[in-house]
Amino acid sequence: MTARVETEPGAAVQGRAPARDMVRSLRMPTLILIAVCLVAPFVIYPVFLMKMLCWALFACAFNLLLGYVGLLSFGHALFFGAAGYLTGHAALVWGLPFELAVLTGVATSAVLGLAVGWLAIRRQGIYFAMITLALAQMFYFFCLRAPFTGGEDGIQGVPRGKLFGLISLEPNLTMYFVVLAIFLFGFFFIVRVIHSPFGQVLKAVRENEPRAVSLGYRADQYKLIAFVLSAALSGLAGSMKAVVFQLASLTDVYWTTSGEVILMVLLGGLGTVFGPVVGAVAIVCVESFFAQFGGWVTVIQGGLFVVCVLAFRRGIIGELSRVLRRPL
Amino acid sequence: MTTIFGVPIQALFSQLLVGLINGSFYALLSLGLAIIFGLLNIVNFAHGAFYMLGALGAWLLLEHFGIGYWPALIISPLIVGLFGALIERTMLKRIRGLDPIYGLLLTFGLALVIQGVGRNYFGVSGEPYDMPSQLSGGTNLGFMFLPNYRAWVVLVSVVLCALTWFIIERTRLGSYLRAATENPLLVQAFGINVPRLITLTYGLGVGLAALAGVMAAPIYRVSPLMGADLIIVVFAVVVIGGMGSIFGSILTGFALGVIEGLTKVYYPEASSTVVFVIMAIVLLVKPAGLFGRTA
Repeated sequence: MTARVETEPGAAVQGRAPARDMVRSLRMPTLILIAVCLVAPFVIYPVFLMKMLCWALFACAFNLLLGYVGLLSFGHALFFGAAGYLTGHAALVWGLPFELAVLTGVATSAVLGLAVGWLAIRRQGIYFAMITLALAQMFYFFCLRAPFTGGEDGIQGVPRGKLFGLISLEPNLTMYFVVLAIFLFGFFFIVRVIHSPFGQVLKAVRENEPRAVSLGYRADQYKLIAFVLSAALSGLAGSMKAVVFQLASLTDVYWTTSGEVILMVLLGGLGTVFGPVVGAVAIVCVESFFAQFGGWVTVIQGGLFVVCVLAFRRGIIGELSRVLRRPL
Repeated sequence: MTTIFGVPIQALFSQLLVGLINGSFYALLSLGLAIIFGLLNIVNFAHGAFYMLGALGAWLLLEHFGIGYWPALIISPLIVGLFGALIERTMLKRIRGLDPIYGLLLTFGLALVIQGVGRNYFGVSGEPYDMPSQLSGGTNLGFMFLPNYRAWVVLVSVVLCALTWFIIERTRLGSYLRAATENPLLVQAFGINVPRLITLTYGLGVGLAALAGVMAAPIYRVSPLMGADLIIVVFAVVVIGGMGSIFGSILTGFALGVIEGLTKVYYPEASSTVVFVIMAIVLLVKPAGLFGRTA
């Protein structure tokens, strides 16, 4: 039994329209998204925006797994944090340039994703969530003790370096546009995957795994590939975060981070293209607004979880897409 | 001095005892999780938070009402159990029939709220809770020194586990519960109030967690986050044992506690990860869990 999630608000619309039309209906909102991203750094502090972009990419990568394959991973902090550590270590200790440092992080996450996914897809549904959570917690304890992570201090002072060895990434505005480019690459990659034949099979596995298997698809292989893709893209987000904030820390591998990314996707809308982006922006705003109240952030996050599950399962974009009667 | 594999026998036995204590808590918590999952089809992420509420309840009772350990052992689980029943009635009831991951997400949110509120009022450092005077001190067994309170915790846990097993497997109420786990609709057709049974079960499972919390209070400090990391270990225990069998979750809980204790003696670096490593190995060898039916 694969977890069946209430996702397809525009299912009826999708049923009628072929995939090409669906991509066309995404064109307008995509243009709006890009326009907003281009203007935003001149209005809002770029570092804050970069934080949003990193989380948005992380949420999109997570949504690929939960929204389109129906697998709830409670351990995605592992990939986010591990990539951050490796990128930080590569840039600081090995002195690798920006591109190679980020690649090191992404490759680490992909390999870890392969290992964790290979173990976790042996069990389904709710057990999958518990296994990923437990493996991530194991990795957290490893990071707590391993010498290269710096324990409680984390890896501090990660150099931003130069893009292609030419353009310094120290100015926040330059860094912002690089992060934006990487985010858009990840975003379009995910959109492409979702609307590819491969993505259709993923959805088939989500809706009815035994039937997908009976049609000759090896469901486990599809799940594993999706898991590795999601892990690698989460790693990309984690790597960027480490470079932007010049810090890789234990928080990024702790289960609270896994919880946060789930909340973003849930609030924005499971299985929607733009939901994770909106959810990430909303949660980052809520967190920074309530940061002055200290511990209450956790309470608000928990409350949002409860409200979303009880009364708002489609999420912001899911509801919007239902009202507009078009997939978003 | 006698040694086993280079470790003094006293150190070995005292770590074994610590392992047994942890195992008691694993067993009580995974037992509650298994019962709740059986009937409600929900993995109760808030279980660690209810464990913490049990301990916190005992501390509050002592601090504000002067009620000591012995009454608290009954009152605190009762209050927390009622609170759990209330949550079942108002929230969990409304997501019945949905995919179980929503239950996991909802109870995760509840855990965040409970722990967050606790942290705002009590801080993270925690408060000490004195053990009852009747159980302070210890007994010298010749080969080791046995603190009375720890012996008491292990004893009570074993009795509680046995009692729960007896209620579920051997009484009429337990037979309703097992039947409702198999086919709630049919049981309801026989005139048994299944929704009430479900509320009762959730309350019972939560109460067990709170009771474990009260017993843990004198051993660990009472802190709002004491259940947060514990629940993840208990999840691993549940994956290893499989949630299909009551006896299986009790046995796995105790066994993993002991293994963890032994690891502390022979290879301390791995003591916090050994349960997860065992989980990975079990997944490789027997994916359904040691006592599990195929999920």
